[in-house]
Amino acid sequence: MSLLRQAARVAGKDLRIELRSREIVYTMAFFGGLLAVVYTFAFPQDKRAILGSVPGMLWVTIAFTGTIGLGRAFDRERENDTMRALLLAPVPRLAVFLGKAISIAVLVLAVAAVVAPLLALFLNAPLFAHPGPFVLVVVLGVLGFSVVGTVFAATLLKVRSRDVLLPVILYPLLIPLFVAGTETTAALVAERPDFAAAWYWIKFLGIYDAVFLVLSLWIFESLVIE
Amino acid sequence: MKRLVVPLFVLLSVVGLVASTFAVFTQTPLSVNFNEDGSLVGTSLFYNQKIFYFHVAHAFWLFGAVFVAGVCSILYLVKRSPKWDDIALASVEVAVAFGAVVLVTGSIWAKAAWDVWWNTEPRLTMSLLLWLILMGYVLVRRFAGPSADRIAAGMAIFGMVGVPFIYKMVGQDSHPAAGTKGVVATLDAGMRGPFWMCVATFLCWFIALVVYRVQGTRAERELRELRERGMDLGVLS
Repeated sequence: MSLLRQAARVAGKDLRIELRSREIVYTMAFFGGLLAVVYTFAFPQDKRAILGSVPGMLWVTIAFTGTIGLGRAFDRERENDTMRALLLAPVPRLAVFLGKAISIAVLVLAVAAVVAPLLALFLNAPLFAHPGPFVLVVVLGVLGFSVVGTVFAATLLKVRSRDVLLPVILYPLLIPLFVAGTETTAALVAERPDFAAAWYWIKFLGIYDAVFLVLSLWIFESLVIE
Repeated sequence: MKRLVVPLFVLLSVVGLVASTFAVFTQTPLSVNFNEDGSLVGTSLFYNQKIFYFHVAHAFWLFGAVFVAGVCSILYLVKRSPKWDDIALASVEVAVAFGAVVLVTGSIWAKAAWDVWWNTEPRLTMSLLLWLILMGYVLVRRFAGPSADRIAAGMAIFGMVGVPFIYKMVGQDSHPAAGTKGVVATLDAGMRGPFWMCVATFLCWFIALVVYRVQGTRAERELRELRERGMDLGVLS
């Protein structure tokens, strides 16, 4: 089996478990929706203020729900001590890593697909004015988040204070990613959309994802040892 | 010889501190700007500008420490020798202190120059982000239990690789204040000598603290290993 097919197996296993219980997606999406409701109370509702703040709201929501999803996805492996079995499986560690990253990216994307329309609805924000680049930037951002998040969530698996350490590690490292996502979204929802800026930040995100994917593939094996 | 490293660098940095403080206050031009008609520019900094020499010198080595920690962490993960881990940890801990100096002096500078305590000036933002990564590293070291060294090493490496992205990000975010040449190139000729003197002084200080810290960690480990051996042999209880 090729590496990608092995990774797809691992991802498929995770997604099948999730599809049967739907625990992570339901709770994450509900939490994301709650955040959207909180934003409607917390921020001024006039048009200009919304256009300025909705990109930040979207990416903060992705960061928060994504962190919760990461924690839960790896808790599942820890509760039954199946991580050891997974690492013992006769596939390269890289396949395990890629599979995990893919399944988490799918979960976070599913949640983003619920939260973004909710934000657009509650706040009257033209998030989907330019759906192509908008979807592209969300996908790129979520991919980068999942890749880096998987590395550190996996290493934190056995650590007692993992829930609080995960954001402590992830957010400082991922600030460039979130800023790039926010800037792209802001350029797209502005009254006069700035496609040059959006394209610049999308390229930035693409390079960011590529660099950190390579780095994660290299580092995963030396970080996750049982 | 090894015993002399720390005292030597401490001595160098004390001499350097006295000499560079003297040079900063007597040898550098005062920061005063005039308009074309001879009137004073409102934003002239006068003596406030002197903080620049310490501020940027510390920022230099905050920046340097991120790379020292990143490279040592790579070596640690590859070679698995605790030697490299000690250096990475020590340089991060010292850099956290240096970063605190950078942020405080930067805040004072911002108050004097722009009359706000904080703004998103690119280099200040960059220092803050690096400092946050280093703080995260320290927190992981402290609270992540037995595998803290590996997780922290990963964090240092990711942090180092992220530096160009942070640099690009903050550069794009605001007006290009000092141009592409950076701060040093735009310095007044008279300011350069004392500026580099400060950079060298704080390099000595940085090295002294890191070596001191590494020696401490190493002694701690040796003591622990000796204790374990003593307990194995039944000499210690």
